Amino acid sequence: MGGAGAAPSEGGATRMSEGLKPVSIRLEGCAKTFADGTRALEPLDLEIPAGQTVVFLGPSGCGKTTTLRIVAGLEAPDPGGRVLFDGADVTALAVEKRRVGLVFQSYALFPNMDVRGNVAYGLRVRGMERRAREARVDEMLAMMRIEPLAHRRIDQLSGGQRQRVALARALAVRPRALLLDEPLTALDAKLRDALRVEIDALLRRLGITTVYVTHDQAEAMALGDRIVVMEHGRVAQSGTPRQIYEAPATRFVAEFIGTMNRLAGKVEAGRFVTAAGAIPWPDAPPDAREALFRPESVRVAEAGAEAHLMGEVVSAFFLGDRMRLFVSAGDGTPLVVEAAARKSFARGDKVGLALDPGALMKLKDPTPKDGA
Amino acid sequence: MKRRGALFWLQLGFTLFVCAFLIVPVILSMLAGVTVNYQTGIESGFTFRWVIQVWEGYRDTIYRSIGISLACLAVTLVLGVPAAYVLARAQSGFARAIEELLVMPVAVPGLATALALIVAYGTWGEFRTSWTFILVGHVLFTLPFMVRSVLAVMNAIDLKTLEEGAASLGASFGQRFFQVILPNCRSGILAGALMVVTLSMGEFNMTWLLHTPFTKTLPVGLADAYASLRLEVGSAYTLVFFVMIVPLLVAIQWAARAPRQAKAAPRA
Repeated sequence: MGGAGAAPSEGGATRMSEGLKPVSIRLEGCAKTFADGTRALEPLDLEIPAGQTVVFLGPSGCGKTTTLRIVAGLEAPDPGGRVLFDGADVTALAVEKRRVGLVFQSYALFPNMDVRGNVAYGLRVRGMERRAREARVDEMLAMMRIEPLAHRRIDQLSGGQRQRVALARALAVRPRALLLDEPLTALDAKLRDALRVEIDALLRRLGITTVYVTHDQAEAMALGDRIVVMEHGRVAQSGTPRQIYEAPATRFVAEFIGTMNRLAGKVEAGRFVTAAGAIPWPDAPPDAREALFRPESVRVAEAGAEAHLMGEVVSAFFLGDRMRLFVSAGDGTPLVVEAAARKSFARGDKVGLALDPGALMKLKDPTPKDGA
Repeated sequence: MKRRGALFWLQLGFTLFVCAFLIVPVILSMLAGVTVNYQTGIESGFTFRWVIQVWEGYRDTIYRSIGISLACLAVTLVLGVPAAYVLARAQSGFARAIEELLVMPVAVPGLATALALIVAYGTWGEFRTSWTFILVGHVLFTLPFMVRSVLAVMNAIDLKTLEEGAASLGASFGQRFFQVILPNCRSGILAGALMVVTLSMGEFNMTWLLHTPFTKTLPVGLADAYASLRLEVGSAYTLVFFVMIVPLLVAIQWAARAPRQAKAAPRA
């Protein structure tokens, strides 16, 4: 494309002291082929509305990080692809001119500077005057609640503290968009939950356009206004967390988000007949070969009229508030069922299972794409 | 406290024996340099006569060696650090091959390298007789040490992500290189500098062929002194060499450590 170089006019130092309007981001036909010929990303069109948080979710190698790097300007899309910020073409603009805040899984803090030095760095290289810079750094340290760490060296910080410093550093320059690449992956589970809540509150408060890359669906559900599920370099489905969870478009999405139970069988007169029993399914597609349902839409029931399926407990885990049962119902992987913790179950127990009406999911695109 | 067993004392004894075996000749040599007559032994008395004679006769070689090693350091810094950076950033097999090839000048005998230099450039009159001819040889020999030591540190830190982080904050290439990359490779650069200066200072094999009577370096002068003068003079020369190189090594070590301590102390 020849239309590159239409850089948005940057106001320089004056703009830095006031809040910036969040930017909308658009990708047009962005594909990425690496030098060795591997195709990391199929041509992608994507619109990220100003102020929204969009989560790219998928297994490793699905192209989510590549997409983020294209938005950041760390990778150029294959010729023909365009990146637009507020409608202005920034494809040819290098990362240092794009003014995006980046947070990495490995933090990428500068070990040769203390916490203050790290947070101040972006302001320093932009030539912000010293007093204004110090004030802004104080503001950021207060926002991330890391003032006591101001003079610590980076190697004296824990992982959670490092990620706070990385966020403060990225936000100090008032970026037009915040891009986070698996920011919580390197942290332990408890800290991850705490920081996730904090990041969520931060993003809501700042109203900044955010791209968040993760392979953790719980993180994606909690943070995303919209989730873009990716597989093999393409978008498998894009929508709100609720849409993605309740109406997955493909089998890949259905299994990647949350836990999904699967039973093989066939449709017979408004019922789905399996080896373990039959489930009512009035609006079943006539060619359905398997039934998909979530653990929360199935419950343990008395054998007899109420139970649709019969199975045998393979393993039972006591989770405190409830029990998680793995129930073998004929063929394939055991079904995951949640039961009240009051009653205890043991391996080998025979249980009846009842499904809520409407529990069985219909995929818009049931045939799995085999990486074509 | 645990009582130490026989094995401990045996090991200590062995270690001390090996140390003595290595250090005693050095001490003897340095003592010889201040002994009136080495044949008669220490009873003949101590004197600085030989040291003064070395200083009078070989002062120029000492200055030249210091000059060449510092020039060598400057050149290896300017060539080696950027080279290491390019090798660290390049992911190609070609870069890996270059990295392996870097050991060649170390593996090839210095004499062969020197001969190659003479065959190639020996007829360039002025160049052949100038000290820069020796400098070229020394750079050839020491550059790999600088590159490898800096490269080791660059590979240990996540250089690419650090640089991407700096770039996303708006830092230009120059700012990234001098404010982020160089300070974080400091330990590698200092270790490389230490190697380069000491190797250049003590280099003999190659210099022996490259030098002219007017461009003798310290080790060449030393060989000269041992070959043609009294044993005491040669030993005094060794003493001078030690007195020069040891403070230099200590100074570089200290320079490598000092700022980190200074930074850590008030904030600990």
